[in-house]
Amino acid sequence: MKIAVCVKQVPAKDAPLHITETGAWIRETDIGFEMNEPDSFALEEALRLKEKHGGEVVALSVGPERTKQVIKEALAKGADRGIHLADDKFFQLDPLGSAKSIAAALKKESFDLILTGLQSDDQGFGQTGVLLAELLGLPHATIIMQIEVQGPRLKLKRELEAGWFQWVELPLPAVLTIQSGINKVRYASLKGIMAAKKKEIAVITRESLGIPHEPTQRVERIYVPQKAKHTEFIDGSPKEAAAKLLEKLRHEARVL
Amino acid sequence: MNILVITEQREGKWNAVSSETLVAAQQISAAQSGSRVTGAVIGKGVRGLAEELAASQLAEVLLVEHDLLERYTPDGFTIALRQAITQNKPELVLLPHTYQVRDYAPKLAAALGKGMIADCVGYRADKDKIVFVRQMFQGKTAADVSFVGTAPWFVSFQAGAFRGDQIARGAAPAPITPVKVDLQPEQIRTKPLELFREAKQAVDLTQAPILVAVGRGIKAPENIPLAEKLAKLMGGELAASRPICDEGWLPMDRQIGSSGQTVAPKLYLALGISGAIQHVVGMKGSRTIVAINKDQNAPIFEVADYGIVGDIFELIPALTEALEKK
Repeated sequence: MKIAVCVKQVPAKDAPLHITETGAWIRETDIGFEMNEPDSFALEEALRLKEKHGGEVVALSVGPERTKQVIKEALAKGADRGIHLADDKFFQLDPLGSAKSIAAALKKESFDLILTGLQSDDQGFGQTGVLLAELLGLPHATIIMQIEVQGPRLKLKRELEAGWFQWVELPLPAVLTIQSGINKVRYASLKGIMAAKKKEIAVITRESLGIPHEPTQRVERIYVPQKAKHTEFIDGSPKEAAAKLLEKLRHEARVL
Repeated sequence: MNILVITEQREGKWNAVSSETLVAAQQISAAQSGSRVTGAVIGKGVRGLAEELAASQLAEVLLVEHDLLERYTPDGFTIALRQAITQNKPELVLLPHTYQVRDYAPKLAAALGKGMIADCVGYRADKDKIVFVRQMFQGKTAADVSFVGTAPWFVSFQAGAFRGDQIARGAAPAPITPVKVDLQPEQIRTKPLELFREAKQAVDLTQAPILVAVGRGIKAPENIPLAEKLAKLMGGELAASRPICDEGWLPMDRQIGSSGQTVAPKLYLALGISGAIQHVVGMKGSRTIVAINKDQNAPIFEVADYGIVGDIFELIPALTEALEKK
């Protein structure tokens, strides 16, 4: 099975975020970056499918030069080769624009399966996988918690809301978005890190793909959300505070 | 402005975010002269729901019915709704940001060559355009996003962004217009199989009017019954932040937050929950939030209407006793 996995590089979870003066984006200097968490689960799932059914895993990432780091990480964990879709202004792209670029790069080869994480921890659009499926004319399923290969078809466990799940089947080739927690992500071994140095990372510039795209939306401004509420603090002994709180919930908020 | 709201139902039951999205549409249209709001119901045998929906203040209700729409598939819904959109010609298409909408709405928009602003928490009507507000960096920042290019524009709203109970009723029922859906079995590539729950006593917290939620401050599994008793006395359900479910002290279906459920009850009582953003995104739409925490700097107080800085092991019994007395 030939599998492409889309991984995004995002600011590290504990990175202190500072918004640029223009409010266009965050200041990228002085912060660390890492692989988007849901994408690391998608990568792990791709590696497990390859180990079980054979084939190849190709890791693709879009972004500036620093993005190569997450491709190298994927190679160190066991991906066979990488594709770096080089774009210094990736953060300005709308979801459809990103998906068009990725789809154009993936179209150069014929993949049996394309995996993405369900959303990114930075922009959180949560649309890339679904858009790729539409642009490539493939069936898709999202928020996947289990994959079973049944010949030319997949049986998938989809997470729904409120504790519900659903089994769905679809034919390959297909696109899936993977939910965090589907598996236990591996660490790269020292051997894997050494082996990765010999693996190929193909660089494609977004311009070279020549994709016509008019943006569908524009992020005008990023800002720290204002505190929406005034908190009324209730004091006194536990007994007094409890009585006062219940009084307020009954007669002021009227929710009890 | 012509606004189309695509509601969501499963097995004849409304998804609660549907009415919140209708409220969003009614509010947006109220500020723009000459606006009309249409509601759409999609499925099989959903005329009853369409009639229910028609009681709301709407210009029209679209009934999108077909045998192949009985169970959700991204292909079936995209093809059928594309036909509904062609018939209705909306400028703005509003959807509840549910797992199902995440699964098909970007595809529907892209099939028309359009974009979607997903997971919005609000909007602002500026002079000549509407700016939609969504979160980025997992709620650490907000972003104002506007559409570029021609309509239709697709927007989904997060659960709790609007108050579903503020829905305006119409003076007379809105007319129901069936949409002629042309859909063939071979166009649907995904085969939906059975729905199931893993947890034994699965509970739908999104429907609970009152939630009593526990976090790390509850310290040990043997303390959970204290909160459970309080929840029962208040007429509510017990919920938790992620660490409690990861530890296995409560089943995963009790988890509130980005990886659990998003809720908007009328009362949310947070006991010993610090208020990490992953938790707050799942409950900040609650009408009234009460936080009890011993750390006065806990971020949970930023979203709380009422706060008590104190020990939950003193306050839970005090609240329990006061409620039992009544």
